[in-house]
Formats: sequence, structure tokens, C-alpha cells
Amino acid sequence: MLSQQEGRYIASLSRIHLEEDELEFLARNLTDILHYVEKLRKVDVSEIQPTTHVLPLKNVYRQDAVQPSLSREDVQGMSQHTSRGFFKVPQVLE
Amino acid sequence: MNLSTLTAHELLDLLKNQKTTPQAITESVLKAIQRTDDKIKAYVRVRDQEPGFAPTRGSVPMAHRDLGGLTPAPSQTHLPISIKDNICIRGSPTTCASRILEGFKPSYHATVIERILSAGGLIVGQTNMDEFAFGSSTENSCFGPTRNPWNLDCVPGGSSGGSAAAVAGHEAIWALGSDTGGSIRQPASFCGVVGLKPTYGRVSRYGLIAFASSLDQIGPLTKDVTDSALLLKIIAGHDSRDSTSADVPVPDYTASLVEDVKGLRIGLPKEYFIEGLDREVKEAIEAAIAVLQKKGAIFQEVSLPHTEYAVATYYIVATAEASSNLARFDGVQYGLRCQPKTSRKTALVDMYEETRDAGFGKEAKRRIMLGTYALSSGYYEAYYLRGQKVRTLIKNDFDRVFEECAAILTPTSPTTAFRIGEKIDDPLAMYLSDIYTISANLAGIPAMSVPCGFSQKGLPIGLQILAKPFAEEMIFRIAYAYEQAALWHKRKVSL
Repeated sequence: MLSQQEGRYIASLSRIHLEEDELEFLARNLTDILHYVEKLRKVDVSEIQPTTHVLPLKNVYRQDAVQPSLSREDVQGMSQHTSRGFFKVPQVLE
Repeated sequence: MNLSTLTAHELLDLLKNQKTTPQAITESVLKAIQRTDDKIKAYVRVRDQEPGFAPTRGSVPMAHRDLGGLTPAPSQTHLPISIKDNICIRGSPTTCASRILEGFKPSYHATVIERILSAGGLIVGQTNMDEFAFGSSTENSCFGPTRNPWNLDCVPGGSSGGSAAAVAGHEAIWALGSDTGGSIRQPASFCGVVGLKPTYGRVSRYGLIAFASSLDQIGPLTKDVTDSALLLKIIAGHDSRDSTSADVPVPDYTASLVEDVKGLRIGLPKEYFIEGLDREVKEAIEAAIAVLQKKGAIFQEVSLPHTEYAVATYYIVATAEASSNLARFDGVQYGLRCQPKTSRKTALVDMYEETRDAGFGKEAKRRIMLGTYALSSGYYEAYYLRGQKVRTLIKNDFDRVFEECAAILTPTSPTTAFRIGEKIDDPLAMYLSDIYTISANLAGIPAMSVPCGFSQKGLPIGLQILAKPFAEEMIFRIAYAYEQAALWHKRKVSL
């Protein structure tokens, strides 16, 4: 069983604030799922390379040329929290 | 004649012979939505054409139902299409059925949207889904669940349940979905429509809001195999904006629609016909095999020995990628932002954490946390790296079978549609409903679900056809031959 402390640690890595009851509920779910995926330990993978991607693609390059892109107005238009071309966030420095 | 019940190719014939107009078709679809969507709830947003057209969802404000004045370019198709709510449409809210994308209006079109518009398509609305495509029932949506047109107490499957239900319920001519572990095929099976997950890289993912980048593909949900071939032809092809899209020529898929499977060798993986497979589903698959055998296909038992590890591998690889992809939803640049309650040194982090708590639903939180755990220091090798290695073994299994078989045939799902609420509190049971579809994503191969009968209770059953990478033509050929002999696609739902 995932401990309360481990659950809290994962939630903080995930940057999700969770109330006590929700944390307990999710920790129980995660424990069940982790228990299920334990079966992967049975597989011998000592000689096996990992698959990160299924296509035989190597580095995909393009010309280093200027191309049209979204305008700053378009991009910032998706937010209500902008000021003079910047995104506003809560104060981080005293 | 009710135009919205027809297939795209039937409508194209009518248009060609000037027996109908694009306006009449679109009107027919909008009327169908107005008539039936309060029962099915397939749509989260509908193009507002007629004054007084009721919003299909109470939670979608009127202003959000405007699709940004999209007008199709003049060309040959002019058919309305419905789009899953995780594919970006410029100027229209695109929310992945999540609160965290509340108010987000993309400033660009997904590549598939550009292709559809330039082929003359008209976007009629956006369809419901499990939040961020996390689910197999379309119950994990901030808009509430979609219902199965064949039985309103049952789920339509998921995560592209809105698209599948809209097509099955004649509220759409055809639709796009996305498939990361079965999210096109399983709902297609539950709703009695045709759903295709193309080869990884066949269709550009640019503008598809990412769930698991190495597994996601966009694909068609249609009323028959011919429409699937037509729609894939429109959306497929290389795109420089998606570096994982493949530079492989796009064939004319309709040329594969021939009723000829004579001498084709088709594999039946023994690991798929086991305990847990519903008796009625098994019988329907056996009957389908007999149909294809009669037409000259040769079936042989094959083995995919690592099948039993597919679900576990998937839920490590997919959640790891999801936790990374969903890190961008932090309230800073778009979507929901919850202001921290206190102003103290940690105010910025508090804002992230409050926003993500309020914005994500339970399943999203569960998957982000699982993926974060699998990637975290001390667990990366035991979970993520091991998962990727088992993925190699699963892919090798398929490579071996395709050395001797042209295709593989399996059930799409072990059961027919389950009841709403039945699995929502048991995530593992929900994950296991994807047991037959997940491997195709891990291996990157194309796979289609085709209707192959009905249960005694009248719920649709689907069969799955898989082929090697970029062999969609083989899938179309087998699926078409089966469909034309079995004619299940002629059975329509009555609402």
C-alpha cells in the first residue's frame, strides 16, 4: 500500500493540491494499479532494447529558415492575464 | 428521406446527381441533433446556424457554440463532419471535456481540420469524450456522460464515445476521433460503427491535444468501410509540423474496396480467445470467420505470447507520457486559473496546485500521479524503462506474425457495451476493457473495428482487423469483403 506520505509526495511532484480524503482514495487506486503492473517483473528483459518510438525515424531536420508563425497577439489572446506582452503570475520575489 | 441517416458516399452520389444540396444535408444533421441529442448527449458544442437552436449542453455557454465563422472552401465534398473535442479548431473552444481548458480557444487549426476544410468539409459540432481521452466509457467528461444510441442506459464506449454515438445515432454523417489505446475502436464496437486507428505517423498529430505522444493517432468513425477509406484519404499524409508524421505516399484507399480475400492468410491469436471473452462476442467472431472463410480467406492460429502484459505496459507508458504532456496545464498561459487564497512566497506554486486540483477530474489526477510515480527517481527503471522494454517484445510478437499472415482478426472488446456507472469506481476493471485494442498502439500498427453482429439484448459487437504498418489497404480489403457479405451496417438504430 502506498503510504500517505508517498501519496503526498507524488501529488506534490504532480503539482496537484489534494484534500485528505481524495488523497487517500487516489492512493488506494494507485496501490491496486501498481499491484497489477507488478506482473511486468516476470518478463525477462535483460537483452531487450526499449521502444520509445515505433517508426524507424531518426533526427528529423528542417531548413533553419524563418517561417510564418503565430503572432504574439494571437498567442496572448488565449489568456486573460497578460500585461505589456507578458503573462502575469503571482508575485515570486519579495 | 432523412439525409442524416445516409453514408458520406451515398450523399456524395446524391450531390453529384444534383438530387440534394450541401445545405439540405447540414440542415438534416442539425435537425437530427436537435431531435435526439438531449437523449444521447454526443455533442459538447454545435455550430449555431438556426436562430433559437437549443444548446445541447446546459454547461456550454451560447457564446462558446460559435465555431469562429468557419466556412468551407468551394470544392467537391461539402459534407458536415463532427470532431472530437481534443482536436484544435481555430476560434472555437476546444476543451478535451476538461474544466482546465475552460475558455481556451485555439489560435490555429489542427492539420486534419485544415485538410477537411480544404476538401470542402463543414464542421457541424464537437463531440464528447473522456477527459483528455482518459477512459473507455465517456463518463469521465466535465459535460457529463454520453449515452449509447442502442441502449440509453449503456455507455457508448470511450474515449471517442461522443463521435461514435453521434455517427450511430444519425446525428453525424461521419466523425473524427483519436485512439491511444482503443479510443476509436472500442466505442465503434459498442455503437455498431466502423472505427479505424491508422498506423502511427499516418495522420498528422499537429493540433491534437496530446495524451501519450508515442501512441496517439487521429482516425475516422464512419457508418461503413467505404466512408472510412474516403475520410482517411482526406486526413492522411506527411506534415512538416509533426516530426513524427511519416513521409509515406497516401494511396487511393477506395481502390482497396474489392470483395476479394481469396487466399489471404489471416491469423487468430490464441491469447485473445480466452476466459473473460463474452460467449455472444465469441460466437459473433466465429460467425464472421466463417463468412470470410467462405470467401476464400485462410485462417490459422497464431501466438502473440506477450499479450497478457499489454495492459500493464500500456498503463505505465501511456500515463508516464500523459503526466509529462499535462504538465503544461498550469494556469499561466491559457485555460483555467485559480488564484491562490493567500499571498505568500509559494503563491506561484499554490496557483499551479489549486488550478490543477480544480481543473482536472479524478481519472486525470489518477493518471498524472501514476505516470509521475513511474517516472520518479528510484522507480524509473523498475516501471517506465521496463515498460518500454516489454513494449519491444509486444511489437516483436506482431512482426513475427506478419511474416506469415496478411492480417490478424480478433474481437474488438471482450464484451458488449456495459451499463453507465458499472465500472466507474473500479479503474482497473475499466482498463481491462481495452485488453484487445491496446497492443496495436504499443506496436504502432493500424487496426479497425467493424460491426459483426448484435447480442440478444440488441447491443452491437465489433471485430478487429489488424495489419502491419502502413497496410491500411489490407484492412480495408478484408473489412469491405466482410461487410458486403454480412451487411450488419445496414441495421440502423431507431430512436
